[in-house]
Amino acid sequence: MSRSLERIPWWRDRRVLPWIVQGVVGLTLLLVIALLLGNLVRNLTAAGLLLSWRWLGQPASFDVAESLVPFDASMPYWRALLVGLVNSLRAILVGLVGATLLGTAMGMASFSGNGLLRRLARGYVEVIRNIPLLLQLLFWYFVVFLALPNGTAAFQLPGIVLSKSGLYLAWFSQGFSWQGPELVNEVWRAPLRLSVEFSALLTGLITYTGAFVAEVVRGGIASVPKGQWEAATSLGLHWSASMRSVVLPQALRVIVPGLNSQYISLAKNSSLAVAVGYVDLYSVSETTLNQTGRALEVFLLLLGSYLIIDLLISAVMNGVNQLVQIRER
Amino acid sequence: MRPARAAPGSIQRSWAHALRQELFGSPADSLISVLLISTIIAAAFSLVRWALGQAQWAVIQANTTLFAVGRYPVQQQWRLWLLLVLVAALSGLSWGLLRAYPRADRSGQLWPFNDRLAVGLLGFLAAWLPAALALGFPLQWRWCGITALLVAMRWLAGHWGRSWPPGLVKLIPVIWPLLYLFGMVLIAGGLGLPRVSPSEWGGLLLTLLMASFAILLSFPIGVVVALGRRSQLPLLRWSSVLYIEFIRGAPLITLLFLGQNILGYMLPGGWAPDRVWRAAWVLTFFCGAYLAEAVRAGLSAVPPGQLEAARSLGLTMPQALQRVVLPQALRIALPAAVGQFISLLQDTTLLSLIGLLDLLGTARTVMANPEFLGKNAEVYLTLAVLFWCCCAALGLGSRALERRLDPTHSPA
Amino acid sequence: MRPSPRWLVALPLLLAFALGGCADDGGSGGGVQSVKLSTIRGRDKLVCGVDGKLPGFSFLGPDGTYSGLDADTCRAVAAAVLGDPAKVEYRDLNSSERFAALASGEVDMLARNTTLTLSRDSAGGNGISFGPTTFYDGQGVMVPVASGVQSLKDLDGKPICVESGTTTELNLADRMREQSIDYTPLKFQTGDQTYAAYLGGRCVAVTSDRSQLAAKRSSFPKPDEHTLLPVVMSKEPLTPASINGDPAWADALRWTVYALFQAEELGITQANVAAKVAEAEANTNQADLRRFLGVEGDFGKQLGLPADFVPKTIAAVGNYGEMFERNVGTGSPLKLERAENRLWTEGGLIYSPPFR
Repeated sequence: MSRSLERIPWWRDRRVLPWIVQGVVGLTLLLVIALLLGNLVRNLTAAGLLLSWRWLGQPASFDVAESLVPFDASMPYWRALLVGLVNSLRAILVGLVGATLLGTAMGMASFSGNGLLRRLARGYVEVIRNIPLLLQLLFWYFVVFLALPNGTAAFQLPGIVLSKSGLYLAWFSQGFSWQGPELVNEVWRAPLRLSVEFSALLTGLITYTGAFVAEVVRGGIASVPKGQWEAATSLGLHWSASMRSVVLPQALRVIVPGLNSQYISLAKNSSLAVAVGYVDLYSVSETTLNQTGRALEVFLLLLGSYLIIDLLISAVMNGVNQLVQIRER
Repeated sequence: MRPARAAPGSIQRSWAHALRQELFGSPADSLISVLLISTIIAAAFSLVRWALGQAQWAVIQANTTLFAVGRYPVQQQWRLWLLLVLVAALSGLSWGLLRAYPRADRSGQLWPFNDRLAVGLLGFLAAWLPAALALGFPLQWRWCGITALLVAMRWLAGHWGRSWPPGLVKLIPVIWPLLYLFGMVLIAGGLGLPRVSPSEWGGLLLTLLMASFAILLSFPIGVVVALGRRSQLPLLRWSSVLYIEFIRGAPLITLLFLGQNILGYMLPGGWAPDRVWRAAWVLTFFCGAYLAEAVRAGLSAVPPGQLEAARSLGLTMPQALQRVVLPQALRIALPAAVGQFISLLQDTTLLSLIGLLDLLGTARTVMANPEFLGKNAEVYLTLAVLFWCCCAALGLGSRALERRLDPTHSPA
Repeated sequence: MRPSPRWLVALPLLLAFALGGCADDGGSGGGVQSVKLSTIRGRDKLVCGVDGKLPGFSFLGPDGTYSGLDADTCRAVAAAVLGDPAKVEYRDLNSSERFAALASGEVDMLARNTTLTLSRDSAGGNGISFGPTTFYDGQGVMVPVASGVQSLKDLDGKPICVESGTTTELNLADRMREQSIDYTPLKFQTGDQTYAAYLGGRCVAVTSDRSQLAAKRSSFPKPDEHTLLPVVMSKEPLTPASINGDPAWADALRWTVYALFQAEELGITQANVAAKVAEAEANTNQADLRRFLGVEGDFGKQLGLPADFVPKTIAAVGNYGEMFERNVGTGSPLKLERAENRLWTEGGLIYSPPFR
């Protein structure tokens, strides 16, 4: 190295070069960011919309259709956004569980001895993955759920009613009195109600993410050496028994990291709720933007919330991952 | 690999025996099979009955132009036809040349089975689709002509491609980008053609344009950012990480929100592009971040010895990356990248949520037309089939490309 | 699986939250110089934000042209500023994106059945500048005749469809709270989806401006099966708007619209405007008419518009009464009465300040 030092021009010196590259890149980035932020501050100042969070305390004066947190129009914006967040979390949590169950079932079915079941599982994955989620959501909502009958014509089973306005379930109400759905003034009422918007969103999210989860599960099972199957079978274990107690536990090592990214995309995809009229975080944010004009703050809140949800999912999945990893002895 | 009883090696058994073994191997299997078969038959039956009886496909037939190109001015639509002719000719040419060179098809056949199948399918589509859409006769003939051109070019290039000067063949990869640029001019106007504003593009045209634009431009972004993320230089590494994680942390719809509602404030007055282009750039940067992760995985799969060897041969860092590391990394990254492109094509439907008239946006406008109120099922099903075909074709193409680029694949 | 470096993104975010804490509410508008008029002239095109899907106000016909009261307002302004009503580029905006599109300069003006309210007008709110109201409307409720709903009380416990991001949504909440009626608001991003859900039977009622409801009803397959409840929930002055901080541009817009009102008052129509100009040129005694039509004085110049902007505008779209009749009046499919939208001389609210 040193023998040719004097002959190497300084701009090709390996000790200088990295600094030059970084300097150039850093300067360019700095300039671009300064330009963007400078304009942003100037334009927002001119419009009187410079970053501020005080509006969060003002009354929202709009209603939301469904909410787990008590809410009415006189409550402040932050409360409305909280309602949206809680609604989002509700969809994400139920969606996660549903997609995992469906995906695992389908992933395992693609190893079934029954050829028809196997091909059906593969077909499900191939069909669902190649159709945009938004299209599927609109299909579920406008074609399937809005075609349900209403009022007395609704599908009725003991304790369950499925109608155009939602899914009604029997549950304990006011203490411990078991109460089923009942028709009051042509509107169904029940202690537990899932709106059709929520049901359509869930159905879409679960079938869509389920296909991806099925692929992850299939990959995980395929990664288990074939000898494990043979060993289990030669021990006299039935297909389902060898799957449950020999193959799946080993496959989980591969499956869990793959699930993490599917869960995160489910969380992000839940923002498409706005297309089917479910009041999630994005939907409330959009309304808030309209009423306040505070685009930047609303965007930052959205970004921050989804980031936290992502991080939470990652953290939980990291923990699960550590549980399922094989400990070397 | 398929454990349990379905062993792929035993093909010798008769077809009927295999079927019986697969479907009715045990009582439980038989029960499942019978249930599934009856469900499938019932579902297929009601679907066919609906599609042929109850469905009113007039909503599709009456709006083919809207679905295809949106509000693109009628007087200027010849430009799109011209582009379509050029694309068909060049596709046929490239396809034929791929087959003309033996490395292309390792069995050395000029017309392998898949190709004959594809041509048959194209012929069927050219004959059936325009008729099913109730297009006028001139349009039907136009479609047949374009398909014929594609097949003819495929045939010409397949048979005589080898005797053409090699310079011409090498030009093909250059012609495609040039055609893309020329296509942009044809679509948007310029070079003497009257301008057609992006707000007039729509339907399939806008969807394909957005997807192809984002795919093409996200590729360099993805490669650069992936290299940045693996760089030794902390500034490059951290800025790449920040970009990737910022994009991947947020749902696409919030990024489109950023593009539509905030980007206008961030650029000097008058610099902000049209909102169609703003969405296109958001899609590009979105796809770039995911692509960077795919390329990074490819890069980390290349043994570090490759880079060291290349460097010790006296190649500079850019040379070593360009000639040795990247070709290997990109080949490994290909399946993941194509998966990303497929999901990008699907993500273009989100443009309808910000009021752009992409395929889905157009569909929703059409369904607001009083004449076609409530024809949701017909429209959504058609769109689903269309998207499914596009995505499945991309997937097939990627698998073919993978095989073609696979160095370990032994020629037959 | 290594922990995600995603937390990195949180750092700039935290900074933003912290910064926001220090910043004060609503900085006052910086005195930006008027540039909009010269931008429009340089581009030789007026970019006008419209709804695009609302018959009678702005509707994209099958032939690719826009028609309606709002579309005509765009045309009138283009005629006044550029001398040619065809030099308009329409942008379809949904209700959620309209203000951002205006504030960021993507569109020069809004003629998108937008209600004038304090918070939209004020610098501390949306901060946009409104012109004269072109249509006095009120919020109404439409229900299927078969539902038997007669009043708001009958909607207790029932779902109501509403387009999100509108004043409609807020008024609905207010009225229902006043009468303590329990209802479920079903919100959709676009009018298309809102009416699709209503026609799909998801909600028992849909609420919006009465003119919009009438317009939509006229496009339904069976308009007779739907009825407007006899309630007016709010005042909805639908008003064209421009960006705040460009007073010259706002004035040009304002007086172009006033010219439409004034022309009706003076009996100047699309058909007779050329004759009226000739008359004004010949007769030096008609000072009012001469000033109004730009034959005398420099009103155009004071506004930064051509001297003959009024005759150009009238020749392009007619006077306000003609615009109304053509697009939403009893002769149109919407069949709306003039009602509040009559001239002040006839007991309505349409009033132009003097041109002097």
